[in-house]
Amino acid sequence: MSGGAGRRSTLPGFGLTMGLTLTWLSVIVLIPLAGLFVKTLELSPDQFWGILTSRRTLNALKISFGLAFAAAAVNLVMGTIIVWALVRYRFPGRRLFDAIVDVPFALPTAVAGIALTALFAQKGWLGAPLAELGIKVAFTPIGIFIAMIFIGIPFVVRTVQPVLLDLDVEIEEAAASLGANRWHTVSKVILPSLIPALLTGFALAFARAVGEYGSVIFIAGNLPNVSEIAPLLIVIRLSEFRYADATAIAVVMLVASFLIIFAVNRLQRWAQLRLPAH
Amino acid sequence: MPMKQPQRVMSAARDDLRTEPRPVRFVIITLAVIFLTVFVVLPLVVVFAQAFSKGVGAYFSALSDPEALSAIRLTLLVAAISVGLNLVFGIVAAWAIAKFDFRGKTFLISLIDLPFSVSPVISGLVFVLLFGAQGYWGPWLQSHNIHVLFAVPAIALATIFVTFPFVARALIPLMQEQGTQEEEAAISLGASGLQTFFRVTLPNIKWGVLYGVLLCNARAMGEFGAVSVVSGHIRGETNTMPLLVEILYNEYQFVSSFAIASLLAMLALITLVAKTILERHLDEGQSTRVH
Repeated sequence: MSGGAGRRSTLPGFGLTMGLTLTWLSVIVLIPLAGLFVKTLELSPDQFWGILTSRRTLNALKISFGLAFAAAAVNLVMGTIIVWALVRYRFPGRRLFDAIVDVPFALPTAVAGIALTALFAQKGWLGAPLAELGIKVAFTPIGIFIAMIFIGIPFVVRTVQPVLLDLDVEIEEAAASLGANRWHTVSKVILPSLIPALLTGFALAFARAVGEYGSVIFIAGNLPNVSEIAPLLIVIRLSEFRYADATAIAVVMLVASFLIIFAVNRLQRWAQLRLPAH
Repeated sequence: MPMKQPQRVMSAARDDLRTEPRPVRFVIITLAVIFLTVFVVLPLVVVFAQAFSKGVGAYFSALSDPEALSAIRLTLLVAAISVGLNLVFGIVAAWAIAKFDFRGKTFLISLIDLPFSVSPVISGLVFVLLFGAQGYWGPWLQSHNIHVLFAVPAIALATIFVTFPFVARALIPLMQEQGTQEEEAAISLGASGLQTFFRVTLPNIKWGVLYGVLLCNARAMGEFGAVSVVSGHIRGETNTMPLLVEILYNEYQFVSSFAIASLLAMLALITLVAKTILERHLDEGQSTRVH
């Protein structure tokens, strides 16, 4: 476990480094975020409520949270399938596919945005065949959904992968030798031990998709009440100098993402408690 | 730390119990490959296909456009500032957190992590609220003719905000695992604090430092949402590469837009390759240390 814990360190520099850390943290992160909350307090509760319940705001929040939830659900299922293939099977290109799972993390969001739009536009490589089937993706809510799936993939894969790799094979062998068929072993033995990691990956993908901006706005169409996400509405309100509106929407989103992160932390603690001692 | 046992050798029969029937395997692999191809491979390929769709000449003339060059310069400048500052902060914070015990350590780490869970747009918004014309310090700055918002300082601040946790997050677990024994030995032998850091700690954490810098740099150069909110999009002045990608795209200058996007895509690919190499170094360091 962590070395040197539980004992007074004789190393120098604690006061200095801690002071610098707290100062820099306050200047860059805490004061600016506090400013957002203070700005909200300047609004009367009626004003605040009025902004949030206006039709356009409500629809933007519904679109962001609803589609992010749906995209995270797709990521949960597809992420599990991808992890399973990467960890349990050998197939040509496996290592390459394993490496590119991180592309949505690494690719700048604006690049992802125009790339997905080009791909799913009506004349795009995937947009054209889909259009023949009568499915329009780019510039509709489906486009938002696609972009959110894109940015969420690595979260589920990378949180579940180490857990599946670490899973004790002996438990599976025991289940099999006790007469469980493969489907029972997977559904009753393996999947339950992956649940904390799966839920964590789902929550992280959801949180990221709710706040996502760059990869969504190009493909979204950005029609108010139809395909306008909440982060874009914040940007629009700012450009109209309606700071109060922008702030109110931002506070709601910020509180939501803090709640999600809090849930993730609880999940991870739960996962550690469940983990049998090695 | 429990060591992982080497994979046990298995007989074919036992192996059979631990895997799925062939058709199931085939379906799972096919689904995974199709999904990753559609959502990851094709978007990458389409960037380069579009960038070169009018030929190599058009590609390079797009990149040598004065606006493109100015965006590249600004991106490099902002990345240098934010990586530099976050590197110093990350090392300082990791020293305080990993080498000493104090109450509220977990809480402090979650505060450092905070920027990861803030929407990029909100990361920009908070600086508009501070420095904008209607912001807290906006009027004062305006009367003293100091430009923060819609200028390099705000772009740098927003970038520092979104890349804040990278270096610290890479170093804290590494330095916690390494403990304090080597440093304590150096100090007891009469080395000063700085000597100890540069001669003992830094060589031990160099791969971790590089790892943090790599991820921090990739995000700093690619950040879009936060920078977009504070930049003001002044052509040739406050446009970073991702912002210019957006502007050119909205003006239907697709080849130029995708040409600059292709540079950012290459940056992402190089980052991923370097990350894989660094992770190997970090793993090696770990397994030699556990013994």
